[in-house]
Amino acid sequence: MMSKQVVKFYQTGTFTVGNRLLDETLRTVQSGIARTNSLNSGHRACQGCGEALGARYAVDAAMRAANNQVIAVNATGCLEVFSTPYPESAWQLPWIHSVFGNAPAVASGVAAALKAKGKTQSKVIAQGGDGGTVDIGFGCLSGMFERNDDVLYICYDNEAYMNTGVQRSGATPPAARTMTTQAVGDAPGSRFETGKNLPRIAMAHDIPYVATATVADLHDLEAKVTKAVKMRGARYIHIFVPCPLGWGSDPAHTIRVARTAVESGLFPVFEAESGKVTDVTPIRKKMPVEDYLRLQGRFKHLFGPPKKTETLAAIQQIADDNIARYGLIEAPDSE
Amino acid sequence: MLRQIEGSQAVAAIVAACRPEVISCYPITPQTHIVETLSAKVKKGELGSTQFLNVESEFAALSVLIGASATGARSYTATASQGLLFMAEALYNASGLGLPIVMTVGNRAIGAPINIWNDHSDAMAMRDAGWIQLFAEDNQEAVDLHIQAFYLAEALSCPVMVCVDGFILTHAFEAVDLPAQAAVDAFLPPYDPVQVLDPSDPVSIGAMVGPEAFAEVRYLAHHKQLEALNRIPDLAEAFQKHFARRSGGLLSPDRLEDAETVIIAMGSVLGTMREVADQMRAAGDLIGCLKIVSYRPFPAAALRTAVARAKTVIVIEKALAAGRGGILAADVKMALEGLPLRIQTVIAGLGGRPVTQASLKKMIEAAQKGELDSPHFLDLHWDVIHGELARQREKRASGPSAENILKEMGKKAKPIY
Amino acid sequence: MFQIRIHGRGGQGVVTAAEILSVAAFLDGRFAQAFPSFGSERMGAPVMSFCRIDDRKIRLREPVMQADAVIVQDATLLHHVDLFSGLNPETGRLILNASRDAAALGIEDFVSSFPAGHFCGLPATGIALKHIGRPLPNIALVGAFAAISGQITLKSVEEAVQQRFTGTIAQKNSAAAKEAYLYVRQHQQETGGGMTHAAAN
Repeated sequence: MMSKQVVKFYQTGTFTVGNRLLDETLRTVQSGIARTNSLNSGHRACQGCGEALGARYAVDAAMRAANNQVIAVNATGCLEVFSTPYPESAWQLPWIHSVFGNAPAVASGVAAALKAKGKTQSKVIAQGGDGGTVDIGFGCLSGMFERNDDVLYICYDNEAYMNTGVQRSGATPPAARTMTTQAVGDAPGSRFETGKNLPRIAMAHDIPYVATATVADLHDLEAKVTKAVKMRGARYIHIFVPCPLGWGSDPAHTIRVARTAVESGLFPVFEAESGKVTDVTPIRKKMPVEDYLRLQGRFKHLFGPPKKTETLAAIQQIADDNIARYGLIEAPDSE
Repeated sequence: MLRQIEGSQAVAAIVAACRPEVISCYPITPQTHIVETLSAKVKKGELGSTQFLNVESEFAALSVLIGASATGARSYTATASQGLLFMAEALYNASGLGLPIVMTVGNRAIGAPINIWNDHSDAMAMRDAGWIQLFAEDNQEAVDLHIQAFYLAEALSCPVMVCVDGFILTHAFEAVDLPAQAAVDAFLPPYDPVQVLDPSDPVSIGAMVGPEAFAEVRYLAHHKQLEALNRIPDLAEAFQKHFARRSGGLLSPDRLEDAETVIIAMGSVLGTMREVADQMRAAGDLIGCLKIVSYRPFPAAALRTAVARAKTVIVIEKALAAGRGGILAADVKMALEGLPLRIQTVIAGLGGRPVTQASLKKMIEAAQKGELDSPHFLDLHWDVIHGELARQREKRASGPSAENILKEMGKKAKPIY
Repeated sequence: MFQIRIHGRGGQGVVTAAEILSVAAFLDGRFAQAFPSFGSERMGAPVMSFCRIDDRKIRLREPVMQADAVIVQDATLLHHVDLFSGLNPETGRLILNASRDAAALGIEDFVSSFPAGHFCGLPATGIALKHIGRPLPNIALVGAFAAISGQITLKSVEEAVQQRFTGTIAQKNSAAAKEAYLYVRQHQQETGGGMTHAAAN
C-alpha cells in the first residue's frame, strides 16, 4: 500500500501582491510592470519601514487612477526626509514639501491653481505622518475639509513623531512607549484617555470620503486610493504603517504587525462617505490584543514579569469597543 | 482713472487688475476691506477663473499661496500684525523656495498689549524673512507699488510685501489714479514661472539641504535682493514711462542738495513731514526729506550718496527694538558709517499715536540746536512712565503694567456719561 | 486748507459723512482727504471722523485738531465729549443736529461769539426721518455743511450720494441733503446771515 501524504493548499490570493491566476483588471498595481514607482528605490527609509511601503502603494495607485496626472504635497516627516536626501529625490512625480504643519493648506493652493488654470484633470494628494496630520497640521486639515477642497489627504500613521526620534503624538495609543511617554513610573507609556481619532474627526466634517487601510492588505489599500482619487472634494485616507524602529518590532514583521492590529480590532478598517460608515472589512479570525502587543518592544513593559493584566484588559476593551462600534465581527449564520 | 476712494478699495481694485489667479483670505484689521472687496469681485465673476479661498488662519493663507504659486498661479493675500507673525514660518518658506507671491501688509502694531493701530513693528519683525519690503507714502503709491510688486516678484522669483500704513492709509479716502486694465496688462506680462509643479515634467521642490550646500542657497537669496537694488530703480523708471508718474524706486529725495538737516522716514508720516519741511524752508531752514521706499533690500549705497552733504540726519521710525532702540536708525547708521554727520533716532507713532506737525517741528528744532536726546521718543508721556516705574518699585505684585496705566488714564479722563 | 471734524455715535454714519464730503469736494475739482478716528467702537459709542479740503494735494496725516468746521450729529454728546476742541469761535463754523435752540442746549454763550452765519442748528434727524425713514442725519448734515461753508456744492453732494448709494436710498439721501441745504440757506437769508435757533446779539 502506498503511504498517504497530506498536502495543504492555501488560497493566498486575497493578500498576495502578484497573483497570475487573477484577471489583469483584478491584479494589484504593484504587480504590474507598468507601475510608476513614483516613490522610487534608493530612498533612505529603514529596513521594514511601513510608511515607505504604504506610500509606494498609495502613490502608484493614485497615479494609475489619475492617468499619471498627480501632484503630491508632503509634510515634513520621515517620508519627506528619507525620500529627498539632498541632492537626490526618490519622487517620480511633481512633489513639493513646504513646512510641517501646512501640507493640507499647500495642497488646497495647488488644487486652486489647477482650477484657475482649467487643469483639473491633474489630481492633488497631500501626505503626512500622524504628527503632521493629527497635531500640527490639524488646523489646516480641518480647514481643507470644511472648504471641501479638491484634495486627497493621506495620513501615514505610525503613531508617534518618528523622524525626530520617537516622541508621543496625538495618535500614540495608550500604554505605548515613546521617548516622551517612557516605560517608567506607575503608569508607563502613553496615558489612557488621551489622543485623537482622525478618521472619526474627518467623518465629522461630512467630507465625501474617509477610509482607513493598512499595509497588510494591498488590494484593499489600492482599491480605496483608486476610488478616492476618482472622486472630487475633500477626501481622507488613514493608513496604518508600523515602524520597526519606533515600535521595536522585527523589520520582517511589518506586514504581520499590521494584520494583527486589524484582526485584534485595535485598528478598524472601514470606509465612510459624507459622515456615514458605508463598508467595513470584517475581522476574519479574532486575535487577542496580546498577540499584537507582544510583537512590539514599545509594549514590552506590559508583559513584565509580572504581566500588567489590568492594562492589557483595558487595551482589550478598546479593541472590543471598536469591534462593537463598527460591527467588525460578522454574526454567525443563524442556520 | 482718477477716483476719490478708500485706500483699501484702491488696493483691491489694482490687485484685481493685476489678474491674480489665486487669492487667499484670513481677516485681520486693518486689511479686511481689501480681501472683502476682492471676494465680491471674484464671486460676481469679474475675475474670471480666479479662485478665492477663505482659510482658517494666516498660516494657512500664505501656505495656500505657496502651493498655488508653485503650481504656476499668480498669487495674492493681505495681512497685518499678528497675522504676519502667525505666518512667519511660511514667510521664510516662500522666500526660501523662491515663490513670487505678493502680499499687502496693512502695517499694525504687534501685541501684547493688543493694539489695532498703525506702526511698523510687524514689517520690522519679518525684515529678515527674505521678502522684498516696499513702503507706500500715500494711497497712490500704494496702488502703484502693487503693480510694480507683481512685476518685480515674478522677474526675480522672490516674494514681495507692500506695506501700507494701517488705518492712516488703508482707511483714508483720497484721490487716486487707478490705471485702466489695458494699461496694467501692457505693463505686467503673464506669470512665467522658473519652477512649476507639472505632471508632464516632474520636479521635487523643498528638499532638505545640509551643510554642504545650505550656505550657497542662502547666499543666492541674498544675491537676489542685491540684484533687486538694481531692478527696483529700473522698474520705477519703466513705470514712469508707462504710467506717466513717479512711484516707488529705492528712495526719493526732496531738496537734499543744500539740506543741512535731513529727515529720513518711511510710509505715511512723510506726508506730515513734508508739510513741516515746507514751513521750515519758508522760514529759511535748510531742511530736506528722504523717503525710503525699499526697506528690503536696504538701499545703503543710494542712501549714503543722497545724504552725504548733510550735517544732521534725523531718522523717524514707527518701530522700537526692545533693549536696543531704533531699527531703521541702525540700518541708516550702518549705511552712513564714516560720514561726518550726526544721526538722531526718533521713535514716533507707536501703536497709532498721531505724529503731528507741531511735535515734529519742535523735535527738529531741538535736534538742530543739539538739544535732542537719542533715541528720542516723540510725545512719550514721561509722567505715566515714571508713575508706573514707581508703582513697580513699591510693590512686587504690582499687576499688569498696561492695565495699570489705563486705570490711571481712566482716573484722569473726563467721563463720557 | 479747510479742516472738518464730525462727531457722532457709532452707527450714525459719521464715517460715511466724511467720505461723502470728500467725494463731493473731489467732484468739485478740489483735493480732499477723509478718515475716521479709528477704533473698535460699538454702536452708540462716541466716534469722530475727519475731512480736509484744499486746492492742492493734501499731505498732512494727523487728526484734525484745528477745525475750521465741526459737525455734531448727536446733541447728546454736548457737555460729555470735548466737541469744540480746536474750533476757533472767531473763524470756525459749527453745524449742530438739534431740534432745540442753543439756549436750551446750554451752548448759547459759546455760539454767541460766532460770526454771523457760522453757527447753524438744524433738525437733521427730523429731515432724515422724513426722507429716509431712519434717524440717520449724516447726509442731511453734509448738505447743511455745503450751505454754511460754501466749500462744496450741493450738486456734488448729490452726485457723491448717487455714487455711494443705490436706487431709492440714494434718492432719499439726496433729498435729505437738499432739504437741509435749503433750510440753512433760507435761515441765512431770513436772519441776514445770522444764527439759527438763537437770538442774534
